[in-house]
Amino acid sequence: MTAAPRRDAWEKVTGRARYAVDAVLPNMAHAAVVRSERAHAYLTAIDRAEAEAAPGVITVVTAEDLGDLGRRFGHIVPDHAILAVDKVRYYGEPVAVVVAETPHQAADAAEMVWVDYDDLPALTDAATALASDVLIHEQSYLEPGQKFLDVAPTASTDNVAHRNELAWGDAEAALAAAATVVETTTTFPLVYGYAMETYNALADWQPGSLHVVSTAQHPLMVRRELARMFSLPLAAVRVEVPYIGGGYGSKSYTKLEPLAAAASWAAGRPVKVTTDVEAAMYTTRADGALVTVRTGFDADARICARDIDIRFDTGAYADNSPLVLTKSINRSFGPYRIPNLRVRGVAAYTNTSPASSYRGFGAPQAALAGELNMDMAADRLGIDPVEVRRRNLLAPGDTIIDGKRPLDADLVADLDAIVSALDQHAADRDAAVQASGDQHAAVDSGTLRGRAVALTASDAGASPISTAQVRMHADGSVTLLVSSTEMGQGSRTALAQIAARELCVPIEAVAVGQSDTRFTPFEWTTGASRTTTVVGLAVQAACADLWDNLRAKAADSAGVTIDDVVVHGGRLHFTADVSNTVSGSGAGGDGVGEHGTGLGAGAADALGAGERGTGAADAAPVVTDSGSGLTPAEVIRQWFGADAGEVVGVGVVRRDGATAVLPPFWEIGAVGVEVSVDEATGEVTVEHLVTVGDVGHAVNPDLVKGQDLGAATQGLGIALWEEMVYDGEQLTNPNLVEYRVPRLRDTPRRITSVLAERGDGAGPYGAKGAGEGALNPVPAAVAAAVGRAVGVWPTELPLTPPRVWSLLQQAQQ
Amino acid sequence: MTGSQAPTSTVVRCRINGRDVEMLVPVRLTVAELLRDRLGLTGTKVSCEMQVCGVCTVLVDGNPVSSCATLACDLDGTEVLTVEGLARGRNLHPVQEAFMAANALQCGFCTPGFIMMAVALLDARPDADQAEVREWMDGNLCRCTGYAPIETAVTVAASRMNDSSLEDDQ
Repeated sequence: MTAAPRRDAWEKVTGRARYAVDAVLPNMAHAAVVRSERAHAYLTAIDRAEAEAAPGVITVVTAEDLGDLGRRFGHIVPDHAILAVDKVRYYGEPVAVVVAETPHQAADAAEMVWVDYDDLPALTDAATALASDVLIHEQSYLEPGQKFLDVAPTASTDNVAHRNELAWGDAEAALAAAATVVETTTTFPLVYGYAMETYNALADWQPGSLHVVSTAQHPLMVRRELARMFSLPLAAVRVEVPYIGGGYGSKSYTKLEPLAAAASWAAGRPVKVTTDVEAAMYTTRADGALVTVRTGFDADARICARDIDIRFDTGAYADNSPLVLTKSINRSFGPYRIPNLRVRGVAAYTNTSPASSYRGFGAPQAALAGELNMDMAADRLGIDPVEVRRRNLLAPGDTIIDGKRPLDADLVADLDAIVSALDQHAADRDAAVQASGDQHAAVDSGTLRGRAVALTASDAGASPISTAQVRMHADGSVTLLVSSTEMGQGSRTALAQIAARELCVPIEAVAVGQSDTRFTPFEWTTGASRTTTVVGLAVQAACADLWDNLRAKAADSAGVTIDDVVVHGGRLHFTADVSNTVSGSGAGGDGVGEHGTGLGAGAADALGAGERGTGAADAAPVVTDSGSGLTPAEVIRQWFGADAGEVVGVGVVRRDGATAVLPPFWEIGAVGVEVSVDEATGEVTVEHLVTVGDVGHAVNPDLVKGQDLGAATQGLGIALWEEMVYDGEQLTNPNLVEYRVPRLRDTPRRITSVLAERGDGAGPYGAKGAGEGALNPVPAAVAAAVGRAVGVWPTELPLTPPRVWSLLQQAQQ
Repeated sequence: MTGSQAPTSTVVRCRINGRDVEMLVPVRLTVAELLRDRLGLTGTKVSCEMQVCGVCTVLVDGNPVSSCATLACDLDGTEVLTVEGLARGRNLHPVQEAFMAANALQCGFCTPGFIMMAVALLDARPDADQAEVREWMDGNLCRCTGYAPIETAVTVAASRMNDSSLEDDQ
């Protein structure tokens, strides 16, 4: 659409932006969490006398103090205790919470809580847990038939948090008949999202109400769980989410909020709970995965079957992992024509930090094996890895999964864009070598090079349930209320752009409030790259509703019927005034849609070539014109009879219209990388990164490119550096010194960011989501590129220098 | 050890963003805690608490310092600059302007630390080249942007500050 500066930039460069960690309430107390020093043990005694007597301590809370409160949470499997009940299941699990006047006093007293354990065998990896008779959860917490979305959790106690599968055709028979079968097994590490603002929550329980300020990505999901746990009506629970210091999925669903709320309930004071990086790593990580892919090809290198096994290490509690596993299954086989498929997935409970959502949501784990397998297949088949993909890619409109939305992207065109950028880089390098006249530079001695492409398609957008409210004031300016949380993606900017366009006002005339469940309307989640698409549609619908309400007010003031008022050029006209410019006049009960059609030609001019509206967008009064008619401000002031009042529009998205078929869109990941490998050290340098943002329409191109580079960089982190390492019961690297994330000097030497805008999405103006896509294929692309450089295919990430060095040794054998 | 009563609080006198501050602070209080919890200057953030992320960077007598790992009592007699003290009234510092113009922020949590480190760099090395920018900024982490826009912002700010200092000379 247009470049628009971020709405939050001034606040953020001046230090004025308010985050949850900055929040204070009158008479606030501070909590420190006593965490388990065992991975798996029965709690035999908790001695808190010394802590309770320590200076400044208000109370020390354990599970037994929680009375009638719902002690467990978990939106899919309610297996997660606020404070450990009877036993602990991972090192770092909250056992008690100390509430004191100051953070220092709370931290000091937490050291004085003495916990006795009766040790159980610690099952710290998925293979061990699945093979063991020792149960991490000795009971099922599910009511019969209980499910979340289409995920019906496994009500078993065999260390399985979830099991699922997807199949069509006869994969086994097709593999047996295939000309070539290629098998790939990869290990995806345990990774930590590291949002720089670590989890925190401030809670104020009062009789009949609960107010929480937290880092929650999904405030309405948190509200639902808190209401259940505290036996309160939804309306009595207020979850306020200011700016979030990074989310990336890691702040999805409920984290510290129940702990803060229980502490406030116990102490009778507002209580703040924060985490350091170590505690944050104990709070949530991403699912580790062992994935095996077997692909059968016919003599023409066309896929005849894929058989895939996914095993997640889900940690001590299910959190969102059952849904992540289900998505991982859907995202594991790639956007290819696959006549026979079988994917089986299991998420294992282990005695490690609980896993949950992280950017990509199961796609990076599965694509590592799936896309590396395509490269290995190309090698075996003796054809180019780009060509093997080209031969098998689905076309726009093809079915990926029966019953779901057909593919809404042109992947061959995306692939061409990647290859062209990679080729350009190679040509530029050759030209530079020629120009320098240095013949030796052509062969960097001691350096190996490799390049690779990778593609993914994710069923994204989550549930299309969204509500937006636009309040137009007496001067025609607008307050937009949505519950989407702003965690850096720029949703307040993009949604303001959509509202400004729909209402024909400058973006400066649109204010966007922060999410606060007391004031902002219902939103399913802020995740799955959904906001611009799904919430954007809700904003468009709210603006259409606002125009209808303005038409009604204008008609009422003039003593005519609503059918006599049309919207044209951002103004309201009585049909007689515009009959010479608007054929058909768009009158009728659903007249907005009709006049949208009536003004089609003009609208297309105003929008510019190649842009179109879909669904509610057709209702948008987008023609720019001036002169006759009334401005919305004039209509409002006339109707209220004063320079006062406001008119409100509400827009709702549900599983209907543009979002009737799920997913709301397929989020495409399309990347290429060129790497160099230092033969002496095994160090990998990313020479060139190419991302194609296949977003249908970029409402704000700078924001989309920002999402793509940020997501791809997190993918590089997983590919090259990031890994939580367990040694026995304990995480050995719970800090940012030993858990290494990408730094500035790790950035690729060249970055090409392409936006593919083909208007093929269901969102506003043909938009589709961005945010996860550019991460999903990156670990696979890097693994394949390093494999090509070294001559041995990697099986495990991250590709640290020691790992690559041992690949180099294998290559020489 | 209860017998030996070392002082648990001490008076610190310093100047923070041009404002004279005199406070009795616990000796264990960090600069970040003083700024955020006692003075309401919440622009300075804390993340890794191990001096690797740079989020908490402030300038003490012009030098970049990790405020999460520096004791408030050590500020006695110093001059402290935080992100809140950079702008002149409504006029932003060129580094702040450059971060806005280059889209060099997303969630914004790391932004104050990056900006303070960039200010320190450009004060110390007004002619900093790209290698120096990358070296100085390598001590700050960002999880959102992928760094390229931040590098651009600092480079642009450097050239703009050099241009305006040329104008001042004329």
